[in-house]
Amino acid sequence: MDTRELNLELYRKLYLARRAEEKIREHYGENEMKTPMHMSMGEEAIAVGVCHALKAEDQVFGTYRSHAIYLAKTLNTDDFFAEMYGKDIALLKGKGGSMHMCAPDHGFMGTSAIVASAIPVAVGASFANRQRGNGKLVAVFFGDGAVDEGAFWESLNVACLMKLPIILVCEDNGLAVHTPTSKRRGYTSISGVVAEFNCNVLEENTTDVEVIYKLTHKAIDLIKTTGMPCFMHLRYYRYLEHVGVNEDFDAGYRSRYEFEEWYKRDPVKLQREKLLHRYSIKEDEVTRIEKEIDSQIEKSVIVAKQAPFAECSELYRGVFA
Amino acid sequence: MTRKISYCEALNEAMAQEMGRDSSVFVYGIGVPDHKRVFGSTAGLVEKFGPERCFDTPLCEDSMTGFGLGAAINGMRPIHVHIRVDFLLLAMNQLANMVSSYRYVSGGKLSVPMVIRAVIGRGWGQGFQHSKSMYSVFAHIPGLKVVLPTTPRDAKGLLISAIRDDNPVLFIEHRWLYWQEAEVPAEPFTIPLGEANTLLEGTDVTVVATSWMNVEALKAAEILSRRGVSVEIVDPRTIAPLNDNLIISSVEKTGLCIVADNDWLHCGFSAEVAARVSEKCFGKLRQPVYRIGFASTPCPTVRNLENEFYPSAITIIRAIEKMLRLGPTDLSKEEFYSHEKRFKGPF
Repeated sequence: MDTRELNLELYRKLYLARRAEEKIREHYGENEMKTPMHMSMGEEAIAVGVCHALKAEDQVFGTYRSHAIYLAKTLNTDDFFAEMYGKDIALLKGKGGSMHMCAPDHGFMGTSAIVASAIPVAVGASFANRQRGNGKLVAVFFGDGAVDEGAFWESLNVACLMKLPIILVCEDNGLAVHTPTSKRRGYTSISGVVAEFNCNVLEENTTDVEVIYKLTHKAIDLIKTTGMPCFMHLRYYRYLEHVGVNEDFDAGYRSRYEFEEWYKRDPVKLQREKLLHRYSIKEDEVTRIEKEIDSQIEKSVIVAKQAPFAECSELYRGVFA
Repeated sequence: MTRKISYCEALNEAMAQEMGRDSSVFVYGIGVPDHKRVFGSTAGLVEKFGPERCFDTPLCEDSMTGFGLGAAINGMRPIHVHIRVDFLLLAMNQLANMVSSYRYVSGGKLSVPMVIRAVIGRGWGQGFQHSKSMYSVFAHIPGLKVVLPTTPRDAKGLLISAIRDDNPVLFIEHRWLYWQEAEVPAEPFTIPLGEANTLLEGTDVTVVATSWMNVEALKAAEILSRRGVSVEIVDPRTIAPLNDNLIISSVEKTGLCIVADNDWLHCGFSAEVAARVSEKCFGKLRQPVYRIGFASTPCPTVRNLENEFYPSAITIIRAIEKMLRLGPTDLSKEEFYSHEKRFKGPF
């Protein structure tokens, strides 16, 4: 794929993730999406950059903040909104909601709303892939709060010990709910500590999706050539409150100024400008793509709103195989 | 072909045969391939199947449980072994938050064919952190199956069923049962999960017993039979999901029910059995259900207090006598089990 096409593709995914969440913000006040929203806004470059570098059959695991990852991996806005509205047409029929998205057919293998709890599951999935020789790679996403948990260090140790084909993606927004890293860490650098393990460590502070995409390819190559897992430490800024669809710059724990500094290099805006200026794509074409995505999202929302809920008997289905 | 083997050999044989039959089965856990081989239950597996399918782990029970879950949803059949159930408590997050619900929130797309073996039981002053049973806590959580094999035949047939089951199964083994010997088929066979077993037929009183308490109940029944008391012993074997048909039909027949559980009483499995029997046999019960279990204390180390902590055949005998309004049997010449006299069966 040429660079122009690649950057268009990356933009499509960024725009899809951003607009889907803007749609959630638009409709959330109607109280029909009865599920706590942990919004991805601000982290889209990480979700899209990493997922786009993976093959379709590769597997990802996420957290309660996985809208962008889900959409980047599946592009499936129909199932996304059907699950937000908890409708029968969704794969999970409303049993998961925003925090527990799952789409195994697309390699989106599930999430956990208990911080760090999906990391060991991803490590085990990676072990199974190696045992079965299917060539699938696993990427597991988690926030910097997860690094406070024992499960992260246990999993990192196991992945390094067993030399598993896995990318550990730390999406670092500097906050665990509202508590900054400075109040949670007895050490200076995550990457520095992780580098003591037998793994590859990549670090980046960018909102440029193309940079993250290329870095992920580097991670994949490193895993293949060194036979060791890869830890990616990527920074971003969480635009909205920890849970909910609103801003919270008046809450006192952070400032609007911080946001404004990051927003100058907003991943979606940045990529759009790259398309127009670096790749000389006409604004008309960009707008056409955006309209296409907007109407896809609009349609998914309408379909989800109109769909019925599952029969009550659905409650009991699927506990055991 | 049937021959006499121990409970421990039965566990070992079940794993070896399933690993031979299905390359997706693997066994792992702390100490699994070391020289002691989890009381011998994993003997020979690493030699036969190699270190990729039989391996030791770092000391991280929680993450290695999540590891098993991840392997299971990707088509493997992990067997995770814990030499004490107490260590498995470090994995409660993975059990209660992840393993139990993964299938439910995958829209049925993913299943979790995973076995977690954990050893329970008392011994040489094991104390309060090496003696718990905990199975009622696991059984409380929807999505987990919980199996308590009693006989060597159960150990093999239920373990093979557990390995082949597409759901997470906690397989709880009492250490003292490891030594008992009985006839077990040499070829692979299954005992369906969720099927109770009448260990002894009788007419006067039903004793619902779990795990080691079945041995104590059999001893009690043998002693009381000499006084003409006919005890029926029902072993549920699978406590989650619980199929109570055999328990209910037995209590309907005898009208009396004692639950002898290898665990604490409060909020325990014995309470579940008592509730079900009370609901379903209300008109036929001649007396309230009576429960026997551990003292409501941590388990002490010193032997005299430990003996006070654990119920035994004597506890069961006294409970039955009271229920049947019989005077106390003279037990001064009876021989009971103790750690010094290892139980060898037979069943």
